Amino acid sequence: MKLQSQAIASSEAFKANVHGHLEALEVIREAAELAAAGGGEKARARHESRGKMLPRERVANLLDPGSPFLEVGATAAHGMYDGAAPAAGMICGIGLVMGRQVMVVCNDATVKGGTYYPMTVKKHLRAQEIAEQNHLPCIYLVDSGGANLPQQDEVFPDRDHFGRIFFNQANMSAKGIPQIAVVMGSCTAGGAYVPAMSDVSIIVKEQGTIFLAGPPLVKAATGEVVSAEDLGGGDVHTRLSGVADYLAEDDAHALALARRAVGSLGGTGAVGSLGGTGAVGSLGGAGGVSLDVSGGWEEPAYDPDEILGVVPADLRTPYDIREVIARVVDGSYFDEFKARFGETLVCGFAKVQGMDVGIVANNGVLFSESAVKGAHFVELCSQRKIPLVFLQNITGFMVGRKYENEGIARHGAKMVTAVACTNVPKITMLVGGSFGAGNYGMAGRAYSPRFLWSWPNSRISVMGGAQAAGVLATVKRDAIERAGGSWSEDEEAEFKRPTVEMFEEQSHPLYASARLWDDGVLDPRKTRDVLALSLRAALNAPIEDTRFGVFRM
Amino acid sequence: MFDTILIANRGEIACRVARTAKAMGLTTVAVYSDADAGAAHVAACDRAVHIGGAAPSESYLKGDRIIEAALETGAQAIHPGYGFLSENPGFVDAVEAAGLTFIGPSAKAIRAMGLKDAAKALMHDAGVPVVPGYHGANQDPEHLSGAADTIGYPVLIKAVAGGGGKGMRLVERPEEFADALESAQSEARTAFGNPDVLIEKYITSPRHIEVQVFGDGTHAVHLFERDCSLQRRHQKVIEEAPAPGMTAEMRAAMGQAAVRAAEAIGYKGAGTVEFIVDGSDGLRPDGFWFMEMNTRLQVEHPVTELITGVDLVEWQLRVAAGEGLPLQQEELTINGHAFEARLYAEDVPKGFLPATGTLSHLAFGEGARADSGVRAGDTISPHYDPMIAKLVTHGPTRAIALKRLDRALRETQVAGTVTNLGFLGALCRHEGFARGEVDTGLIGRDLDALVAEAGPTPAVVAQAALAALGLMCAPVPGLGFRLWGADARRIMLESGEEEIALKVRLTGANHALIETESGPVQAERREGTWWIAGARAMDWVRNGDVVTVFAGAGQRFRVIDPLERAASAGAGADVIEAPMPGLVKALYAEAGQTVAAGDRLAVLEAMKMEHALLAPRDGVVAEVLSQAGDQVEAGAPLIRLEDAEEEAA
Repeated sequence: MKLQSQAIASSEAFKANVHGHLEALEVIREAAELAAAGGGEKARARHESRGKMLPRERVANLLDPGSPFLEVGATAAHGMYDGAAPAAGMICGIGLVMGRQVMVVCNDATVKGGTYYPMTVKKHLRAQEIAEQNHLPCIYLVDSGGANLPQQDEVFPDRDHFGRIFFNQANMSAKGIPQIAVVMGSCTAGGAYVPAMSDVSIIVKEQGTIFLAGPPLVKAATGEVVSAEDLGGGDVHTRLSGVADYLAEDDAHALALARRAVGSLGGTGAVGSLGGTGAVGSLGGAGGVSLDVSGGWEEPAYDPDEILGVVPADLRTPYDIREVIARVVDGSYFDEFKARFGETLVCGFAKVQGMDVGIVANNGVLFSESAVKGAHFVELCSQRKIPLVFLQNITGFMVGRKYENEGIARHGAKMVTAVACTNVPKITMLVGGSFGAGNYGMAGRAYSPRFLWSWPNSRISVMGGAQAAGVLATVKRDAIERAGGSWSEDEEAEFKRPTVEMFEEQSHPLYASARLWDDGVLDPRKTRDVLALSLRAALNAPIEDTRFGVFRM
Repeated sequence: MFDTILIANRGEIACRVARTAKAMGLTTVAVYSDADAGAAHVAACDRAVHIGGAAPSESYLKGDRIIEAALETGAQAIHPGYGFLSENPGFVDAVEAAGLTFIGPSAKAIRAMGLKDAAKALMHDAGVPVVPGYHGANQDPEHLSGAADTIGYPVLIKAVAGGGGKGMRLVERPEEFADALESAQSEARTAFGNPDVLIEKYITSPRHIEVQVFGDGTHAVHLFERDCSLQRRHQKVIEEAPAPGMTAEMRAAMGQAAVRAAEAIGYKGAGTVEFIVDGSDGLRPDGFWFMEMNTRLQVEHPVTELITGVDLVEWQLRVAAGEGLPLQQEELTINGHAFEARLYAEDVPKGFLPATGTLSHLAFGEGARADSGVRAGDTISPHYDPMIAKLVTHGPTRAIALKRLDRALRETQVAGTVTNLGFLGALCRHEGFARGEVDTGLIGRDLDALVAEAGPTPAVVAQAALAALGLMCAPVPGLGFRLWGADARRIMLESGEEEIALKVRLTGANHALIETESGPVQAERREGTWWIAGARAMDWVRNGDVVTVFAGAGQRFRVIDPLERAASAGAGADVIEAPMPGLVKALYAEAGQTVAAGDRLAVLEAMKMEHALLAPRDGVVAEVLSQAGDQVEAGAPLIRLEDAEEEAA
């Protein structure tokens, strides 16, 4: 049925909400701007003076004109390494090339020469994980000096460190997920394996270099004096070594060659590709972007922009999550499942740009009934192979004797089992709080949703800061009072403050996103767009049957 | 009246004739060449007969084949249009011998006017003023030079059998005469098979005013004058009727002279008597001279139709069918003013070079009569005249008719070829022309200003960039989506000879900032319509890699595909190396020698095969690095090339 919004756009509360959200958004926007600027004006000017395109231009020119670009980890490493690695020195995301969704991984050489910080590695691996899960061809726009040497212990040795990049390339290639590298700058040491491990590699003349050891290291090792171009330039690699397959004149040419390479992928990695564009030359279709819109759909009956007004700016104010659903799904139609049971979890079927989804949304604290209902609904969607969308705004499962005694942990476990085991794509939106075990039941990061996006007003932590400080203060007070001491209210407040502050800082979405606990923070008004793009990406891969673990009955 | 007529022509005039014939209830038969099987004139007629190859000599000039087609299809008459066989008396004889009617004058009349010197003599005898000149048979250069001296410089040398400016030379000074004569004669021989020329006085501020006449074989009327002074190299560009500054007295004198000329040769049908008029001091009844008579319907006949209300083709058909003149002289009046502009596929900046192309888009402005022989999708081929259309406007006054022409030109949209639209528009806005100060030298004097193409404005460039990127089309979901920031990309366009580098920053589906070389341009889509730099976007089309924005005369941009660079790369190789180990069998190059791409420079014998080593590009051999008999390794340099300019420097 069509959802009916209760919101009044002219109300004071609505306006106050909009104001609050815009403030929170501004913080994120500034961070995103900072990240997008890469290594700063000077580095960018130097980069351009070498005839190179800036990394974001490279990405845009690789993609079809006007292609949507679903960026992953846009504010990665924000506030880390003393701000030395904006966006972790790398641009990742999903866009269209020749009408086909691909994962783009682009080094930003204006950031410390494109060297890999720990978060760079994490971001690169996350992009590959998305590509692998969703069968997206990978295009690596390489311009990197390799591992950031001062950080080598955090970059090189572990399982999910540098070497995993090539492990992933080999295994994705084995699965028929194309790997294409465009060498547009340095590609040194381990980095040399990015093009070498690719199915197809392109190198820019007198600009791209590939070698295991650069000229200084060669001189140190063997005394041989050789220029970078003679050691591993484009001419060498396309004519003598065969490490690269195509020689490009410049960035624009290289990107056009990469586009052509995608056009030649044939059936590989093309599961559910988005259809042709009738491309003209290598520039893209006459009609620009070509997402398959043959089905047609209704836009939501309520303007998605109103999300800022219908969702309270203050996390602690409860609201009806259906106000959000009404502004996200096609025609605001929502087939709500079991509406009268376990009402704090809203479940139901809807469509987003014509794609079926099962929505699981918090509407208050989780009770046993809500958890059981959620498990039931996840089973249904798994049976029907309908992707799940989690709208997560959860303070946790209900606490207290009554609930523990009735086995809320047992019921919660059912939901967690269902969410953990289902093989349908899960897409999680942190639209409010993400605290405690609620995070598990609502497909938090540990539950491997295909994508996890956060709103600027969301907060994530094991529990609320005040609660955590309260727990710690209670323990402390007990100890002091057991020892016969006394603890004033002021002393307690002073004790609590750092904990509250720490939780406040660490639960902020920018803190989370910097560490890639999510795939990015988004403007809530773009929720529907992001969901649609995420779903399209997810549907590139076939949905497997699900086999659940033992449900504790 | 005939039941069926065959139209022995193509293009706009065939369509024009068919329109009237159909309106009169006649059945029309087209003829067509291989190149015209799908042409507009074939579609405009009820039946069509294939008559041969694309070259006019294999089709539209094959009189016997055309007569055969007429007989096959039961046509009783043949309309020749203009050009091709329209003034060929032999054809007229053949048509009549076949028992058919030639819609036009008699062979005798055509012959009488065909040779210009004879025609002038004839006219002189009939009391029609002729320009002082030598029209004699003596073609001795000395004699002609003497005649020129007698007439007085400047003089004009014209081919006796000529027309259309071929074999025509203006000679300002006696010492230039010999050279000019030789080239005129040689051109005349090539074009007409007859090198004979005549010499005429050259009038320094001449106007070309012609009188439309119509005869029934005995009597003739005139339908007033047309001014065709706007010419470029003797090719009419814009014609008008009536002539600016014409007085009743002068009109009467010219009209009577023209009627005398027509009646003197027993003219039947539509014809035009061309006069040269001295415009240096206003129009005077003693200041016009007979030039020639065109014994056919003229290209510019529509301006006469618009001011007189007469359908000249209808008159042609009626008189050919035996009727008398539909109107008498006193029944003919002038209503208002009319202009005709000839829209051609031609490359104005490259000296009005005829152009070709497939018209991916064609639309004419409102308020104009567009006589066209092509439609959108048709091809302007190199076989025929590259005319796209004649745009004809009418108005109660000259000023209004001219404004209408200007507007119609601005609203005319042609994509797929270059055109002279901009040049025609510039003429419309020429101040002297607007005042009616016309003479045949106007275009030549002001040519630079008239052909100065205003480069595309930044807004037009911006729009071309958006169109090139497919962003002018209706938005699709997700267009321009970014979580944060904008989609900023680069694109290269080519406008004329110039490469334009642009940055396009797309924020969402509806906002773009285009950084052009002359500053940023904002574009915004409101209610589905783009507004660029505050103004509504122009109409545009994209065909393959060419985007045409219909601003002014239409701005063409080619989208540069970065992949093109691959083709150019590698062509600059300087050193020719041995492709494999072998024996240098022969060397054909020596230092300093100029070579062209593909020239054989050396032969290498290897693996029992002889491999020719070719010049990879044009250039000059800088050095020969081996000699015949050398055993060389793979990759050994054999010859080094350099650019010709380097050598010169």
